[in-house]
Amino acid sequence: MRIVIGEGSCGIAAGAGKVHKAIEALMTSDDSFTLGSTGCVGMCFLEPIVDLYEGKTLVKRLVKVNENDAEAIVTAVRNNDLSLVEKLVISAEDEEFLSKQTRIALRHCGIIDPVSLDDYREADGYEALEKVLKTMTPEQVIEEIKISGLAGRGGAGFPTWFKWNAARQSQSDVKYLICNADEGDPGAFMDRAVIESDPHSLIEGMLIGAYAIGASEMIVYVRAEYPLAITHLEIAIEQAKKANLLGKNILGTSFSCDMHIKAGAGAFVCGEETALIESLEGKRGMPRLKPPFPAQKGYMDEPSNINNVETFANVAWIMNNGGEAFAAMGTENSKGTKVFALTGKIRKGGLVEIPMGKTLRDVIYGIGGGIRDGKEFKAVQMGGPSGGCIPKDLLDTVIDYKALAATGAIMGSGGMVVMDESTCMVGMAKFFLDFTALESCGKCVHCRIGTQRMQEILTRIVKGEGKQGDIELLEELCVAVKDGALCGLGQTAPNPVLTTIRYFRNEYEAHINDKKCPAKECAELLTYSIDADKCKGCTLCAKKCPAKAISGQVKSAHIINPEICIRCGQCVNSCRFGAINVE
Amino acid sequence: MCNCNCEGPKSDLSKLDSVLSEYGDSSSNLITILQKAQNIYGYLPKDVIYYISEKLGVTPADIMGVATFYSQFRLTPIGKYLIMSCQGTACHVNGSERVLSAMKEYLGIESGETTADGLFTLEEVACLGCCSLAPVIMINGEAYGNLTPDSAVEVLKNIRQKEGK
Repeated sequence: MRIVIGEGSCGIAAGAGKVHKAIEALMTSDDSFTLGSTGCVGMCFLEPIVDLYEGKTLVKRLVKVNENDAEAIVTAVRNNDLSLVEKLVISAEDEEFLSKQTRIALRHCGIIDPVSLDDYREADGYEALEKVLKTMTPEQVIEEIKISGLAGRGGAGFPTWFKWNAARQSQSDVKYLICNADEGDPGAFMDRAVIESDPHSLIEGMLIGAYAIGASEMIVYVRAEYPLAITHLEIAIEQAKKANLLGKNILGTSFSCDMHIKAGAGAFVCGEETALIESLEGKRGMPRLKPPFPAQKGYMDEPSNINNVETFANVAWIMNNGGEAFAAMGTENSKGTKVFALTGKIRKGGLVEIPMGKTLRDVIYGIGGGIRDGKEFKAVQMGGPSGGCIPKDLLDTVIDYKALAATGAIMGSGGMVVMDESTCMVGMAKFFLDFTALESCGKCVHCRIGTQRMQEILTRIVKGEGKQGDIELLEELCVAVKDGALCGLGQTAPNPVLTTIRYFRNEYEAHINDKKCPAKECAELLTYSIDADKCKGCTLCAKKCPAKAISGQVKSAHIINPEICIRCGQCVNSCRFGAINVE
Repeated sequence: MCNCNCEGPKSDLSKLDSVLSEYGDSSSNLITILQKAQNIYGYLPKDVIYYISEKLGVTPADIMGVATFYSQFRLTPIGKYLIMSCQGTACHVNGSERVLSAMKEYLGIESGETTADGLFTLEEVACLGCCSLAPVIMINGEAYGNLTPDSAVEVLKNIRQKEGK
C-alpha cells in the first residue's frame, strides 16, 4: 500500500507537511508500505488530504487529517485494517465535489507525484509531444488546435490557434514562446495548482506550441509569490533536459528548444502581454502600443507568442484525444472545459473544472454546496478586478464567454468569489478600485487619475459622506476610463463599479441617501447598542472592548457609549446572548 | 567600488559578485539581479543600487524606476519576521481587514513599517493563493489560515514569546 499526501501550497498551509513528518517518523524499516506526495487535489475545504493507494487504485481518501491522526493511519495501513481510520474517510457527499467534475487541465493534479517524470510518463506523459514531433507538421498542429476551439484561458478568451498561426507566419530566425504564469487576479489559483501539481504538462504543452510557431526558446514568467511552483518547475525542467525532452534534437528529431523561468516581482499589470514583455526585458512593466502585436515584434523585438498556463495544460490532451473530442464539450462559442477557483462564503471551496455550458448554479450549488453558515447567496464575483458581480437572479447564466460578458462580468482567469448577505457591494467596488488604482502603471492619464477619483468617491460613499450625483459621476468616470486606457487593466477597471451599480443600485442609494449600509459592513455607518432585556451583565463585552466604550455593573445591563465606540464589532463576537444590536 | 557617496552603513558588495557574473551580461536581467540582491541584503540598500548600476550600465534612476514599480522590492531594511497579510478578494470577503487592523493595533505600526525592536515588518500583499483558507497571513513563508483578529494576534504573541521580547 502507498500513503500519498496532498502537498500543494494550500495543503501545506493547512498542515500537510506536519502530517507527512508525523507519518514518516512512525515508519520503520520493516514496513512494506511507502509514503509519497502529490500536488493539489483541489478540495481545499478538506485539506490536509491523505490518500491510500493499492497499486494505481485509490482505496481510501482521508480528509481533514492532522498530525495526531498519524499513528492511527500508520497502524491501519500496517495491519491492513482500514476500519481504524473510518472516521477520517471522505463522505459520499464530499466525494461528489470531484465526481461531478470533468478534468482535462487538472487531469493529473492530486494523482501523480509532481516531481516524478516517471509518474508523468506513466500517465501518457510526453506521448502527445512524440506524436506531434514525429508525425505532424506545425500547420497540422495549428489546425488541430483550431478544430478544438481552445481559447485563451487567462481572461481574454482569444482563439489560441489564431495567435499561434500569426506567430508562425512571422519570418524570423529567433522566435519566443512565453507562458504567462503571473496569476495576478486576487482570488484565482488554478495556474499555481497546475504548475505545482503537474509541471510536466505545462512543459509538454509549451513544447507543442513552440514546435507549432517555430520557437527555439521558451520562457515562463511566474509570480514570485509562488515559490513551490517555481521549485517544482525548476526540477521538471532539469528532468526534461536529462531525458532529451528539452534542448537540442528533442526525442531524436530536428526540433530544438530551451526553456527557462523568470520570476515576476509583483505587478498586476504584467498580466497584460506587452507589459509582461517589458518586464521580461528588465524594465518597468508598462504596456506597449499595439500594433505591432507580439506575434510580429515581441520580446527583444522578435516574434513572440504568449499563452496562459491553463491554456497550455489543455494542449497535450487535445493532441492525444483529438481536437474534436475537446470541441464536443461546451457551447457554440466556448469549447472544452474551464477551471474555476471557488472561494469566498462557499461551503466547499476549491478548484472546479467543468465543461463550458454548465450554469453558475451548477458550480456554486451543485458542486460547491451553496453558502456557508446558512446565509443567503448575494452575488458571485467573476474575473477579479477586471470582472464584475453577478446577482442571484442571474445564477442560471451558462458558463460561456459571451453569456458571461453579457452580464457585465467576464470569464476572466476563473476566480469565482461567492458573497453572502453580509458583503457590502459598494465596499466590494471600493475594494477593487483600491486595487486597480494601486496597480495602474500610470502610463495613461484616464486610468491613472480616473481610477483614483473613482476610489475617492467610493471611499466617501462607504464613510457616509456620499453626495447626490455621486452615482452618475461614477458612471461618467467609468466610461472615460474604459475609453481612454491603452491596456486591458484600465479598460476593464470600471467593471466592478458598473456591475455593482447595475445590480445593486439600491445599496449605493442606501449609503448616500439614508447613510445606511444594508449589509452592515461599513463601520462608519453602523450604530452598536445593547438590548437591556437580553444582556445578562456578564461583562465579557466590556472586557473585550478595545476602546473601553462599554460600561455597566456585573449582572445588570451594560451600555455602549456611541461617542467612544470605534465600531470594531468585537463585542458582537464576544456576546453569548445575542444582546448586541447593530443598525 | 561604490561612488554613491551616501552616508549610512556600507554593504558588503562582494556578496553580489557571483550574481553579477552570472546575470550581469544583459540589462534584461535587472529584475532577477534585484531579486537576488534583496535575498542577500534583505532589502535594496542605496550603495547596492549604485554598484549594480555601475556593473550593468543602467542608470541609478532607471534602477530606482524598476525597484519602485514592483511591489516585491523594498528600499528599507525589514524585521526578523515578515508578516504578509493577504488582501485578496477571498480574504477580503472573509474579514481580512479586521485581521489586519488587529495586527496593526497590536504591533503599533502601519503597513509597510517595522516595529522598533526590529522583530516584525507588516506588509499587505495582493493574493497568496491560499484562498480557501481565507483570511490568510504568511510569516517568513509559513501560512496561517482561517484567522480571526484574536487568533492572528495570538500568532504574533507566540513569536514574540519565543523570541523572549
